Amino acid sequence: MNIGIEHYLVLSAILFVVGAYGVIVRKNLIIVLMSLELMLNASNLAFVAFSNALGDMTGHVFMIMSITVAAAEVAVGLALLVSIYSHRESLDIDILKLLKG
Amino acid sequence: MIVWIILFPMIGAILNGLIFASGFWQKKCNGDEHSEHSISGLIASGAVLFSAMLSTYFFVQLLSMEPSQRQIIQELFVWIPSGDFTVSFEFMFDTLSSVMALVITWIGFLIHIYSTGYMHHDKGFAKYFTYLNLFVFFMLILVLGNNFPLMFVGWEGVGLASFLLIGFWYQDNEKAYAGRKAFVVNRIGDFGFILGIFLIFFIFGSVNYQDVFTKALDASFMSAVPGITITAIGLLLFVGAVGKSAQFPLFVWLPDAMAGPTPVSALIHAATMVTAGAYMMARCNVFYSQSPTVQMIVVSIAAFTAILAATIAITQNDIKKVLAYSTVSQLGYMFMAIGVGAYAAGLFHLVTHAFFKALLFLGSGSVIHAMSDEQDIRKMGGLRKKIPITAITFLIGTLAIAGVPFLSGFFSKDEILAAVYDRGYTIHWIIALITVVLTALYMVRLYLLTFEGKSRVPESIKRYVHESPYSMTIPLMVLAVLSILGGYIGVPDFMGKVVGIDHSNFFEHYVSAAIFLDNTKEIGHHYFGHWALAGFSVAGAALGMIIAFYLYYLKPSAPAKIAKDIEPLYKASNNKWYVDELYDYIFVQPFSYLCNLAASFDQKVIDGAVNGVASALKDTALTLQSAQTGVIRSYATLMAIGAAVIVAIIVLW
Repeated sequence: MNIGIEHYLVLSAILFVVGAYGVIVRKNLIIVLMSLELMLNASNLAFVAFSNALGDMTGHVFMIMSITVAAAEVAVGLALLVSIYSHRESLDIDILKLLKG
Repeated sequence: MIVWIILFPMIGAILNGLIFASGFWQKKCNGDEHSEHSISGLIASGAVLFSAMLSTYFFVQLLSMEPSQRQIIQELFVWIPSGDFTVSFEFMFDTLSSVMALVITWIGFLIHIYSTGYMHHDKGFAKYFTYLNLFVFFMLILVLGNNFPLMFVGWEGVGLASFLLIGFWYQDNEKAYAGRKAFVVNRIGDFGFILGIFLIFFIFGSVNYQDVFTKALDASFMSAVPGITITAIGLLLFVGAVGKSAQFPLFVWLPDAMAGPTPVSALIHAATMVTAGAYMMARCNVFYSQSPTVQMIVVSIAAFTAILAATIAITQNDIKKVLAYSTVSQLGYMFMAIGVGAYAAGLFHLVTHAFFKALLFLGSGSVIHAMSDEQDIRKMGGLRKKIPITAITFLIGTLAIAGVPFLSGFFSKDEILAAVYDRGYTIHWIIALITVVLTALYMVRLYLLTFEGKSRVPESIKRYVHESPYSMTIPLMVLAVLSILGGYIGVPDFMGKVVGIDHSNFFEHYVSAAIFLDNTKEIGHHYFGHWALAGFSVAGAALGMIIAFYLYYLKPSAPAKIAKDIEPLYKASNNKWYVDELYDYIFVQPFSYLCNLAASFDQKVIDGAVNGVASALKDTALTLQSAQTGVIRSYATLMAIGAAVIVAIIVLW
């Protein structure tokens, strides 16, 4: 079986939707963060796939950038998470409703 | 150097203003009112005395000049340089302005002295003298300015000072309201005055007196100017004079202006400011002498004002109101003289009137002072024995204004009557003659009710009735002497001849240097000679005095009976012919109706629109705020849905 760009894109879409589902549905902040990572990596996969298929290095560059940003994001996100936990003693995102209008 | 005449009162006003604002002497004297007051009074009176002496000095200088060359001009700087329109800040001391300056400064000085006594118990002592000096300053700018804008500056300035002083006791609503009324009514006149100045500039291309009057006298220049514009200039300036000098129909502010302190009434609302209109019209004699239409209007309004005010004065019971209407009536005489082109006679009456009316007002102030602020003559009577100096000086003033022979009022009033008759205004002359009778009647009535007969003073006040201090009685005596002798500066030539003096009318000869166009052409048909005319006015005065003497001294019960017999007339006169009510009905009420309309439009339509926008936004926001749940997952959901929709649109479109 010849693995073409379609397969990569379908996998990427599946990963993205799974990630988005996790972000929307799950209540635990750690899981939400993990789901976010999943979405990011889904897009990374799409970048690389397109880059390979089109023979253009731009996609690679974007992917490297994206991974860097994701690493920084995880660092900040986890720090926030620790801080929230120490304040609220809980990681349920539904109790974080300070912005209710 | 003539600028120093003006600067002294200004310096006085500034010093007193600073004293009042800083409370300097209050601290220095540790609340010792006496020394504190004497310092402000000294500064103010001294300032006016200096400028009085300076004016006298320049007056003497003028006398030593050639009669036709009599003027001193001092230019300080160019005030408004603007293309063709240049106005210099320059002052002129000529025969006309010297007369005014002398009257203002010397009578002003006497009234300042008087005020130190009269206002002694008042807390706003320094403030009072600040305003009074400010008034003298502006009044001198008015008369000494050498162009129309500068006169206008003084014109507005005296209006301001008058407003401040009428409402001096502003805690009393009615007095504050009187000040406002004077200010507003004067604005109507000022509007005409400034339009007149615009028109003068438009026609003559200058606002400087010399330039304008030279051109106006130039026959070849004037032939190119349509006659109607000269009429318009004359009328517009007259509108200004009507406002400032309280002529019909704008006289209503002057009686109300009596709310101010009495020395203020004497200085501003009798002797000086209200005569500014007469001065201005005499200054512009070239326009008036060239426009018979305006002259006719001026004489008619003046005659009507004179008799209207006199009829009101007869029935007033407030001592100051009687004098106020009397002032309006006498101003009518001045305008009659100016209207017929006898400018010197008008100015002569201005001077003598300043003497005796200032005397009468100061006398009434002395009475009010003695009576613990009671102004109603029905509660007076028999005061002569208690306050003899005031009574005697007041009597002299009364006789002078009534036109008793050989007192000052006789000469000036007689000259006016003769001029009016000589120039063919027979009807106006008859009106003026009736006014002479009325003048004698109301003035003698005022004197008799106040000083003679049985005392009607309430017991509570009676014990405190006392003669005023010397600071008040000395100005009274000086003015009484002036009221007696003041007329001899202008004895008509035909009377002077009898005692062998030629050119006895010094005043007319002196002033005539500034009167360029005096239509002395005697047009009338002469049934009566000069002596007969003088006889008529003396007879008129005698008649009025006899009636008053009979009614208010011999038969004190008669006036009430007569008042009952002609009740509607009496009531109308007592209520000032309902002029105030009429104006209220015609002008004030429609205006306030309009204002209310505008206010409700503003509140309902304009404010409504603004408030409507605001409340609509608020309602929308309240509806939309429910979207802000604060639940992060719902935001994420909505975002995902939104992104999906956008992608769908981009892909599928």
